[in-house]
Amino acid sequence: MIQVVLPRNLQSLAGTGRTVELDVSGQVTQRSVLDALEARYPALLGTIRDPGTKRRRPMLRFFACEEDHSDDPIDAPLPQEVVAGNEPYLILGAIAGG
Amino acid sequence: MSKVRLLVGTRKGAFILNSDGTRKSWDVQGPLFPGWEIYHLKGSPVDPDRLYASQSSGWFGQVMQRSSDAGKTWETVGNQFLYEGEVGPHTWYDGSPHPYEFKRVWHLEPSLDDADSVYAGAEDAALFQSKDAGTSWAELPGIRTHKTASGWAPGAGGLCLHTIIIDPTDHDRIFIAISAAGAFRSDDAGKTWRAINHGLRSNHIPDPDAEVGHCVHRLAMHPSKPKTLYMQKHWDVMRTDDGGENWREVSGNLPTDFGFVVDVNANDPETVYVLPITSDSHHFVPDGKLRVYRSKTGGDDWEALTKGLPQKDCYVNVLRDAMAVDGLDPSGIYFGTSGGQVYASADDGDSWKAVVRDLPAVLSVEVQTLS
Repeated sequence: MIQVVLPRNLQSLAGTGRTVELDVSGQVTQRSVLDALEARYPALLGTIRDPGTKRRRPMLRFFACEEDHSDDPIDAPLPQEVVAGNEPYLILGAIAGG
Repeated sequence: MSKVRLLVGTRKGAFILNSDGTRKSWDVQGPLFPGWEIYHLKGSPVDPDRLYASQSSGWFGQVMQRSSDAGKTWETVGNQFLYEGEVGPHTWYDGSPHPYEFKRVWHLEPSLDDADSVYAGAEDAALFQSKDAGTSWAELPGIRTHKTASGWAPGAGGLCLHTIIIDPTDHDRIFIAISAAGAFRSDDAGKTWRAINHGLRSNHIPDPDAEVGHCVHRLAMHPSKPKTLYMQKHWDVMRTDDGGENWREVSGNLPTDFGFVVDVNANDPETVYVLPITSDSHHFVPDGKLRVYRSKTGGDDWEALTKGLPQKDCYVNVLRDAMAVDGLDPSGIYFGTSGGQVYASADDGDSWKAVVRDLPAVLSVEVQTLS
Protein backbone atom coordinates (compact mmCIF):
# COMPACT_ATOMS: atom_id res chain seq x y z
CA MET A 1 0.00 0.00 0.00
CA ILE A 2 1.21 3.48 -0.85
CA GLN A 3 1.28 5.86 2.08
CA VAL A 4 0.39 9.48 1.38
CA VAL A 5 0.81 12.24 3.95
CA LEU A 6 -1.64 15.11 3.55
CA PRO A 7 -1.39 18.69 4.80
CA ARG A 8 -3.71 19.63 7.64
CA ASN A 9 -6.33 21.50 5.60
CA LEU A 10 -6.72 18.60 3.20
CA GLN A 11 -7.04 16.15 6.08
CA SER A 12 -10.04 18.06 7.38
CA LEU A 13 -11.49 18.45 3.92
CA ALA A 14 -11.25 14.73 3.14
CA GLY A 15 -12.06 13.59 6.66
CA THR A 16 -8.85 11.63 7.05
CA GLY A 17 -5.94 11.43 9.39
CA ARG A 18 -2.44 12.61 8.55
CA THR A 19 -1.63 9.53 6.47
CA VAL A 20 -3.84 7.67 4.02
CA GLU A 21 -3.06 4.32 2.46
CA LEU A 22 -3.79 3.74 -1.19
CA ASP A 23 -3.84 0.68 -3.37
CA VAL A 24 -2.31 1.85 -6.64
CA SER A 25 -2.51 -0.44 -9.61
CA GLY A 26 0.15 -0.50 -12.32
CA GLN A 27 3.26 1.60 -12.25
CA VAL A 28 3.49 3.85 -9.21
CA THR A 29 4.00 7.38 -10.44
CA GLN A 30 2.96 10.75 -9.11
CA ARG A 31 0.08 10.73 -11.57
CA SER A 32 -1.17 7.28 -10.55
CA VAL A 33 -0.88 8.10 -6.85
CA LEU A 34 -2.73 11.39 -7.23
CA ASP A 35 -5.37 9.78 -9.45
CA ALA A 36 -5.92 7.09 -6.80
CA LEU A 37 -6.03 9.68 -4.04
CA GLU A 38 -8.66 11.77 -5.83
CA ALA A 39 -10.70 8.70 -6.71
CA ARG A 40 -10.80 7.61 -3.08
CA TYR A 41 -11.38 11.11 -1.71
CA PRO A 42 -13.31 13.12 -4.32
CA ALA A 43 -13.39 16.13 -2.01
CA LEU A 44 -9.71 16.58 -2.89
CA LEU A 45 -10.40 17.02 -6.60
CA GLY A 46 -8.90 20.30 -7.71
CA THR A 47 -7.16 21.05 -4.43
CA ILE A 48 -3.79 19.48 -5.26
CA ARG A 49 -3.86 19.79 -9.03
CA ASP A 50 -5.66 22.40 -11.08
CA PRO A 51 -8.92 20.74 -12.18
CA GLY A 52 -8.48 21.87 -15.77
CA THR A 53 -4.78 21.56 -16.50
CA LYS A 54 -4.00 18.90 -13.85
CA ARG A 55 -0.85 20.85 -13.02
CA ARG A 56 0.41 20.96 -9.44
CA ARG A 57 -0.90 23.94 -7.55
CA PRO A 58 2.00 26.37 -7.26
CA MET A 59 2.05 26.54 -3.46
CA LEU A 60 2.20 22.76 -2.95
CA ARG A 61 5.26 20.53 -3.03
CA PHE A 62 5.67 16.77 -3.39
CA PHE A 63 8.44 15.07 -1.36
CA ALA A 64 9.54 11.46 -1.05
CA CYS A 65 12.63 9.79 0.41
CA GLU A 66 14.12 13.14 1.36
CA GLU A 67 13.93 14.39 -2.22
CA ASP A 68 11.75 17.08 -3.78
CA HIS A 69 9.83 15.52 -6.66
CA SER A 70 7.61 18.53 -7.30
CA ASP A 71 9.04 19.30 -10.71
CA ASP A 72 9.75 15.73 -11.80
CA PRO A 73 7.86 14.37 -14.82
CA ILE A 74 4.41 13.37 -13.58
CA ASP A 75 4.74 9.88 -15.09
CA ALA A 76 8.22 9.12 -13.74
CA PRO A 77 8.31 6.13 -11.37
CA LEU A 78 8.40 7.00 -7.68
CA PRO A 79 11.21 5.57 -5.51
CA GLN A 80 11.01 1.88 -4.68
CA GLU A 81 10.74 2.65 -0.97
CA VAL A 82 7.48 4.52 -1.68
CA VAL A 83 6.22 1.71 -3.88
CA ALA A 84 6.99 -0.78 -1.12
CA GLY A 85 5.13 1.32 1.42
CA ASN A 86 8.23 1.87 3.55
CA GLU A 87 8.40 5.60 2.89
CA PRO A 88 5.48 8.01 2.47
CA TYR A 89 4.74 10.30 -0.43
CA LEU A 90 4.34 13.72 1.17
CA ILE A 91 2.12 16.52 -0.07
CA LEU A 92 3.11 19.77 1.61
CA GLY A 93 1.78 23.28 1.62
CA ALA A 94 4.40 25.95 1.12
CA ILE A 95 5.39 27.94 4.17
CA ALA A 96 3.76 31.30 3.55
CA GLY A 97 1.51 33.87 5.09
CA GLY A 98 3.73 35.46 7.74
CA MET B 1 -41.84 33.06 16.85
CA SER B 2 -39.57 34.01 13.99
CA LYS B 3 -35.93 33.04 14.04
CA VAL B 4 -32.88 34.61 12.50
CA ARG B 5 -29.78 32.85 11.22
CA LEU B 6 -26.57 34.71 10.43
CA LEU B 7 -24.08 33.17 8.01
CA VAL B 8 -20.64 34.65 8.56
CA GLY B 9 -17.66 34.01 6.30
CA THR B 10 -14.19 34.83 7.62
CA ARG B 11 -10.55 34.56 6.64
CA LYS B 12 -10.24 31.35 8.64
CA GLY B 13 -13.57 29.59 8.51
CA ALA B 14 -17.33 30.07 8.68
CA PHE B 15 -19.67 30.65 11.59
CA ILE B 16 -23.44 30.27 11.92
CA LEU B 17 -25.20 32.36 14.56
CA ASN B 18 -28.79 31.66 15.55
CA SER B 19 -31.25 33.75 17.50
CA ASP B 20 -34.98 34.02 17.99
CA GLY B 21 -36.91 37.00 16.68
CA THR B 22 -35.96 39.17 19.62
CA ARG B 23 -32.36 39.00 18.39
CA LYS B 24 -31.07 39.48 21.93
CA SER B 25 -29.03 36.33 22.48
CA TRP B 26 -27.14 34.29 19.94
CA ASP B 27 -25.90 30.74 19.68
CA VAL B 28 -22.58 30.53 17.85
CA GLN B 29 -21.70 27.48 15.74
CA GLY B 30 -18.23 27.13 14.26
CA PRO B 31 -15.64 27.42 13.04
CA LEU B 32 -16.76 25.46 10.03
CA PHE B 33 -14.03 24.69 7.49
CA PRO B 34 -11.34 25.99 9.87
CA GLY B 35 -8.28 27.45 8.25
CA TRP B 36 -10.00 28.16 4.93
CA GLU B 37 -11.15 31.50 3.56
CA ILE B 38 -14.91 31.56 3.32
CA TYR B 39 -15.70 34.40 0.98
CA HIS B 40 -19.46 33.88 1.09
CA LEU B 41 -22.27 31.66 2.36
CA LYS B 42 -25.86 32.05 1.37
CA GLY B 43 -29.13 30.18 1.88
CA SER B 44 -31.79 29.42 -0.67
CA PRO B 45 -34.94 31.53 -0.33
CA VAL B 46 -36.89 28.49 -1.55
CA ASP B 47 -35.47 26.07 1.02
CA PRO B 48 -33.76 27.93 3.90
CA ASP B 49 -32.04 24.75 5.06
CA ARG B 50 -30.17 24.60 1.77
CA LEU B 51 -26.95 26.55 2.18
CA TYR B 52 -24.07 27.08 -0.20
CA ALA B 53 -20.56 28.13 0.79
CA SER B 54 -17.52 29.25 -1.17
CA GLN B 55 -14.39 27.86 0.48
CA SER B 56 -10.99 28.77 -0.90
CA SER B 57 -7.32 28.92 -0.17
CA GLY B 58 -4.24 30.29 -1.85
CA TRP B 59 -2.71 26.84 -1.45
CA PHE B 60 -5.57 24.54 -2.36
CA GLY B 61 -7.80 26.57 -4.68
CA GLN B 62 -11.57 26.60 -4.76
CA VAL B 63 -13.86 24.21 -2.90
CA MET B 64 -17.63 24.45 -2.87
CA GLN B 65 -19.77 23.23 0.01
CA ARG B 66 -23.48 22.49 0.26
CA SER B 67 -25.64 21.82 3.28
CA SER B 68 -29.19 20.50 3.22
CA ASP B 69 -29.77 20.74 6.97
CA ALA B 70 -29.11 24.39 7.78
CA GLY B 71 -25.40 23.92 8.21
CA LYS B 72 -25.36 20.97 10.59
CA THR B 73 -23.62 18.83 7.97
CA TRP B 74 -21.89 19.74 4.74
CA GLU B 75 -20.73 17.98 1.61
CA THR B 76 -18.23 19.08 -0.97
CA VAL B 77 -19.72 19.60 -4.40
CA GLY B 78 -18.31 20.56 -7.78
CA ASN B 79 -15.36 22.93 -7.96
CA GLN B 80 -14.66 22.93 -11.68
CA PHE B 81 -15.14 26.48 -12.89
CA LEU B 82 -14.01 26.41 -16.48
CA TYR B 83 -14.35 29.39 -18.76
CA GLU B 84 -16.32 28.52 -21.87
CA GLY B 85 -14.75 28.74 -25.28
CA GLU B 86 -11.74 30.80 -26.18
CA VAL B 87 -10.49 32.71 -23.16
CA GLY B 88 -9.34 36.16 -24.11
CA PRO B 89 -7.40 38.67 -22.07
CA HIS B 90 -8.41 41.45 -19.75
CA THR B 91 -6.22 44.42 -19.00
CA TRP B 92 -3.56 44.08 -16.31
CA TYR B 93 -2.61 46.79 -13.82
CA ASP B 94 0.14 48.04 -16.12
CA GLY B 95 -2.18 48.21 -19.12
CA SER B 96 -0.90 45.05 -20.79
CA PRO B 97 -3.19 42.22 -21.90
CA HIS B 98 -3.49 39.49 -19.27
CA PRO B 99 -5.17 36.12 -19.74
CA TYR B 100 -8.29 35.36 -17.77
CA GLU B 101 -7.62 32.89 -14.96
CA PHE B 102 -10.15 31.53 -12.49
CA LYS B 103 -9.12 32.29 -8.92
CA ARG B 104 -12.11 32.02 -6.59
CA VAL B 105 -15.83 32.49 -6.09
CA TRP B 106 -16.63 35.75 -4.35
CA HIS B 107 -20.40 35.61 -4.18
CA LEU B 108 -23.16 33.02 -4.34
CA GLU B 109 -26.71 33.94 -5.26
CA PRO B 110 -29.26 31.14 -4.99
CA SER B 111 -32.20 31.21 -7.38
CA LEU B 112 -35.45 32.73 -6.20
CA ASP B 113 -37.49 29.73 -7.37
CA ASP B 114 -35.31 26.60 -7.34
CA ALA B 115 -33.20 25.49 -4.38
CA ASP B 116 -30.91 23.51 -6.71
CA SER B 117 -30.08 26.51 -8.86
CA VAL B 118 -27.43 28.98 -7.80
CA TYR B 119 -25.26 31.64 -9.46
CA ALA B 120 -21.61 32.16 -8.60
CA GLY B 121 -19.66 35.36 -9.20
CA ALA B 122 -16.00 34.68 -9.82
CA GLU B 123 -12.56 36.25 -10.03
CA ASP B 124 -11.38 36.71 -12.79
CA ALA B 125 -14.74 38.26 -13.57
CA ALA B 126 -17.22 35.67 -14.74
CA LEU B 127 -20.66 34.38 -13.89
CA PHE B 128 -21.32 30.68 -13.40
CA GLN B 129 -24.53 28.80 -12.74
CA SER B 130 -25.30 25.42 -11.26
CA LYS B 131 -28.68 23.81 -11.79
CA ASP B 132 -27.87 20.66 -9.84
CA ALA B 133 -27.23 22.04 -6.36
CA GLY B 134 -23.59 22.82 -7.00
CA THR B 135 -22.60 19.45 -8.43
CA SER B 136 -21.59 21.02 -11.73
CA TRP B 137 -21.07 24.58 -12.90
CA ALA B 138 -21.42 26.14 -16.33
CA GLU B 139 -20.30 29.60 -17.28
CA LEU B 140 -22.77 32.14 -18.62
CA PRO B 141 -20.11 33.63 -20.88
CA GLY B 142 -22.05 36.66 -22.04
CA ILE B 143 -20.58 38.90 -19.39
CA ARG B 144 -16.95 37.80 -19.76
CA THR B 145 -17.22 38.20 -23.53
CA HIS B 146 -18.92 41.60 -23.30
CA LYS B 147 -17.60 43.99 -25.97
CA THR B 148 -15.80 46.01 -23.30
CA ALA B 149 -14.32 43.08 -21.35
CA SER B 150 -10.83 43.19 -22.81
CA GLY B 151 -10.47 46.67 -21.33
CA TRP B 152 -11.48 45.74 -17.80
CA ALA B 153 -8.70 46.01 -15.25
CA PRO B 154 -8.73 44.60 -11.72
CA GLY B 155 -9.15 46.68 -8.61
CA ALA B 156 -6.74 46.09 -5.75
CA GLY B 157 -8.83 43.09 -4.67
CA GLY B 158 -8.76 41.51 -8.09
CA LEU B 159 -11.04 41.48 -11.14
CA CYS B 160 -13.99 40.12 -9.23
CA LEU B 161 -17.67 39.72 -10.00
CA HIS B 162 -18.87 40.33 -6.47
CA THR B 163 -22.53 41.37 -6.59
CA ILE B 164 -25.46 39.46 -8.08
CA ILE B 165 -29.03 40.68 -7.63
CA ILE B 166 -32.02 38.94 -9.19
CA ASP B 167 -35.09 41.11 -9.80
CA PRO B 168 -37.86 39.47 -7.73
CA THR B 169 -40.51 40.64 -10.22
CA ASP B 170 -38.67 39.36 -13.30
CA HIS B 171 -36.23 36.54 -12.66
CA ASP B 172 -34.65 37.00 -16.08
CA ARG B 173 -33.44 40.43 -15.02
CA ILE B 174 -30.12 40.22 -13.20
CA PHE B 175 -27.84 42.97 -11.99
CA ILE B 176 -24.16 42.36 -11.37
CA ALA B 177 -21.15 44.44 -10.45
CA ILE B 178 -17.48 43.95 -11.20
CA SER B 179 -14.46 45.70 -9.73
CA ALA B 180 -13.21 47.59 -11.62
CA ALA B 181 -15.50 47.39 -14.62
CA GLY B 182 -18.81 48.64 -13.30
CA ALA B 183 -22.44 47.57 -13.13
CA PHE B 184 -24.18 45.47 -15.76
CA ARG B 185 -27.73 44.29 -16.36
CA SER B 186 -29.11 41.28 -18.17
CA ASP B 187 -32.75 41.04 -19.22
CA ASP B 188 -32.47 37.51 -20.56
CA ALA B 189 -31.30 35.45 -17.58
CA GLY B 190 -27.63 36.17 -18.06
CA LYS B 191 -27.22 35.47 -21.77
CA THR B 192 -26.49 39.06 -22.80
CA TRP B 193 -25.47 42.09 -20.79
CA ARG B 194 -25.31 45.83 -21.09
CA ALA B 195 -23.21 48.21 -19.08
CA ILE B 196 -25.36 50.43 -16.86
CA ASN B 197 -22.96 53.09 -15.66
CA HIS B 198 -24.38 56.30 -17.06
CA GLY B 199 -23.98 59.04 -14.49
CA LEU B 200 -21.03 57.52 -12.67
CA ARG B 201 -17.98 59.73 -12.34
CA SER B 202 -14.63 58.21 -11.41
CA ASN B 203 -11.52 60.30 -10.97
CA HIS B 204 -9.23 57.45 -12.03
CA ILE B 205 -10.82 57.42 -15.51
CA PRO B 206 -9.86 60.29 -17.82
CA ASP B 207 -13.12 60.09 -19.79
CA PRO B 208 -15.92 61.43 -17.58
CA ASP B 209 -18.49 59.54 -19.64
CA ALA B 210 -16.65 56.22 -19.69
CA GLU B 211 -19.01 53.31 -20.24
CA VAL B 212 -16.91 50.96 -18.10
CA GLY B 213 -13.92 51.07 -15.77
CA HIS B 214 -15.82 52.16 -12.68
CA CYS B 215 -14.94 50.49 -9.40
CA VAL B 216 -18.38 49.57 -8.13
CA HIS B 217 -18.11 48.09 -4.65
CA ARG B 218 -21.68 47.00 -4.00
CA LEU B 219 -25.27 47.26 -5.20
CA ALA B 220 -28.45 46.92 -3.13
CA MET B 221 -32.13 46.71 -4.01
CA HIS B 222 -35.37 46.59 -2.05
CA PRO B 223 -37.57 43.81 -3.47
CA SER B 224 -40.65 46.03 -3.58
CA LYS B 225 -38.92 48.63 -5.73
CA PRO B 226 -36.70 46.73 -8.16
CA LYS B 227 -35.98 49.64 -10.49
CA THR B 228 -34.32 51.52 -7.65
CA LEU B 229 -30.81 50.43 -6.81
CA TYR B 230 -28.26 51.92 -4.51
CA MET B 231 -24.54 51.71 -5.18
CA GLN B 232 -21.50 52.15 -3.02
CA LYS B 233 -18.85 53.00 -5.55
CA HIS B 234 -15.15 53.23 -4.71
CA TRP B 235 -15.95 56.86 -4.01
CA ASP B 236 -19.57 58.09 -4.14
CA VAL B 237 -22.89 56.63 -3.05
CA MET B 238 -25.20 56.50 -6.05
CA ARG B 239 -28.85 55.81 -6.82
CA THR B 240 -30.84 54.83 -9.89
CA ASP B 241 -34.61 54.76 -10.28
CA ASP B 242 -34.74 53.34 -13.77
CA GLY B 243 -32.99 50.01 -13.45
CA GLY B 244 -29.54 51.42 -13.94
CA GLU B 245 -30.14 53.55 -17.04
CA ASN B 246 -29.13 56.67 -15.12
CA TRP B 247 -27.39 57.15 -11.80
CA ARG B 248 -27.18 60.19 -9.58
CA GLU B 249 -24.98 60.80 -6.58
CA VAL B 250 -26.68 60.74 -3.17
CA SER B 251 -23.57 60.99 -0.95
CA GLY B 252 -24.97 64.20 0.55
CA ASN B 253 -23.59 64.95 4.01
CA LEU B 254 -21.59 61.73 4.53
CA PRO B 255 -18.24 62.36 6.24
CA THR B 256 -16.58 60.46 3.39
CA ASP B 257 -18.25 58.74 0.48
CA PHE B 258 -15.67 55.95 0.21
CA GLY B 259 -16.88 52.61 1.49
CA PHE B 260 -17.84 49.09 0.59
CA VAL B 261 -21.29 48.15 1.91
CA VAL B 262 -24.74 49.48 1.13
CA ASP B 263 -28.06 47.93 2.09
CA VAL B 264 -31.75 48.76 2.32
CA ASN B 265 -34.16 48.44 5.25
CA ALA B 266 -36.56 45.52 4.80
CA ASN B 267 -39.62 47.62 5.58
CA ASP B 268 -38.85 50.87 3.80
CA PRO B 269 -37.22 51.05 0.37
CA GLU B 270 -36.14 54.62 1.06
CA THR B 271 -34.19 53.77 4.22
CA VAL B 272 -30.61 53.01 3.25
CA TYR B 273 -27.45 52.13 5.19
CA VAL B 274 -23.79 52.71 4.35
CA LEU B 275 -20.64 52.52 6.43
CA PRO B 276 -18.15 55.18 5.38
CA ILE B 277 -14.47 54.25 5.31
CA THR B 278 -11.81 56.95 5.44
CA SER B 279 -10.34 56.49 1.97
CA ASP B 280 -8.92 54.00 -0.47
CA SER B 281 -5.51 54.37 1.15
CA HIS B 282 -6.87 54.26 4.71
CA HIS B 283 -9.11 51.23 4.84
CA PHE B 284 -10.51 52.01 8.28
CA VAL B 285 -13.38 54.07 9.62
CA PRO B 286 -12.87 57.85 9.97
CA ASP B 287 -11.75 59.45 13.23
CA GLY B 288 -11.53 56.16 15.12
CA LYS B 289 -15.34 56.00 15.24
CA LEU B 290 -17.41 53.11 13.94
CA ARG B 291 -20.52 54.74 12.50
CA VAL B 292 -23.24 53.36 10.30
CA TYR B 293 -24.97 56.09 8.33
CA ARG B 294 -28.69 55.86 7.62
CA SER B 295 -30.75 57.84 5.19
CA LYS B 296 -34.53 57.76 5.47
CA THR B 297 -34.88 59.76 2.29
CA GLY B 298 -33.24 57.42 -0.17
CA GLY B 299 -29.91 59.20 0.11
CA ASP B 300 -28.55 62.75 0.27
CA ASP B 301 -29.53 63.28 3.92
CA TRP B 302 -27.65 60.94 6.27
CA GLU B 303 -27.58 60.49 10.04
CA ALA B 304 -24.84 58.79 12.03
CA LEU B 305 -25.87 55.72 14.03
CA THR B 306 -23.46 55.30 16.92
CA LYS B 307 -25.29 53.89 19.94
CA GLY B 308 -23.46 50.74 21.03
CA LEU B 309 -20.66 51.13 18.48
CA PRO B 310 -17.10 52.08 19.51
CA GLN B 311 -16.54 55.84 19.18
CA LYS B 312 -12.88 55.89 20.12
CA ASP B 313 -9.73 54.14 18.90
CA CYS B 314 -11.55 51.99 16.37
CA TYR B 315 -9.79 51.32 13.06
CA VAL B 316 -11.61 48.43 11.41
CA ASN B 317 -12.84 47.99 7.87
CA VAL B 318 -16.14 46.50 6.68
CA LEU B 319 -15.95 44.65 3.36
CA ARG B 320 -18.50 44.72 0.56
CA ASP B 321 -20.41 41.53 1.38
CA ALA B 322 -20.31 42.05 5.13
CA MET B 323 -23.63 43.80 5.76
CA ALA B 324 -27.09 42.23 5.74
CA VAL B 325 -30.67 43.13 6.65
CA ASP B 326 -33.24 40.71 8.01
CA GLY B 327 -36.93 40.70 7.11
CA LEU B 328 -38.40 41.40 10.53
CA ASP B 329 -40.09 44.60 11.67
CA PRO B 330 -38.23 46.54 12.90
CA SER B 331 -35.42 45.50 10.60
CA GLY B 332 -32.36 43.80 11.96
CA ILE B 333 -29.15 45.19 10.50
CA TYR B 334 -25.88 43.24 10.74
CA PHE B 335 -22.29 43.83 9.74
CA GLY B 336 -18.93 42.20 10.31
CA THR B 337 -15.55 43.88 10.57
CA SER B 338 -11.94 43.21 9.72
CA GLY B 339 -11.40 43.02 13.49
CA GLY B 340 -13.67 39.99 13.81
CA GLN B 341 -16.68 41.68 15.39
CA VAL B 342 -20.20 41.07 14.16
CA TYR B 343 -22.55 43.87 15.21
CA ALA B 344 -26.32 43.59 15.22
CA SER B 345 -29.14 46.06 15.55
CA ALA B 346 -32.70 44.88 16.19
CA ASP B 347 -34.22 48.34 15.84
CA ASP B 348 -33.52 49.61 12.32
CA GLY B 349 -30.03 50.68 13.33
CA ASP B 350 -30.93 52.90 16.28
CA SER B 351 -28.78 50.83 18.64
CA TRP B 352 -26.13 48.17 18.20
CA LYS B 353 -24.55 45.31 20.08
CA ALA B 354 -21.60 43.08 19.29
CA VAL B 355 -22.92 39.56 18.78
CA VAL B 356 -19.37 38.20 18.69
CA ARG B 357 -16.13 40.13 19.11
CA ASP B 358 -13.20 37.93 18.31
CA LEU B 359 -13.74 36.02 15.11
CA PRO B 360 -11.16 36.00 12.31
CA ALA B 361 -11.50 38.96 9.93
CA VAL B 362 -15.02 38.92 8.53
CA LEU B 363 -15.44 38.66 4.76
CA SER B 364 -19.20 38.30 4.49
CA VAL B 365 -22.43 38.39 6.49
CA GLU B 366 -25.75 37.06 5.29
CA VAL B 367 -28.97 36.72 7.25
CA GLN B 368 -31.91 34.37 6.90
CA THR B 369 -35.27 35.27 8.39
CA LEU B 370 -37.00 32.04 9.37
CA SER B 371 -40.63 31.59 10.28
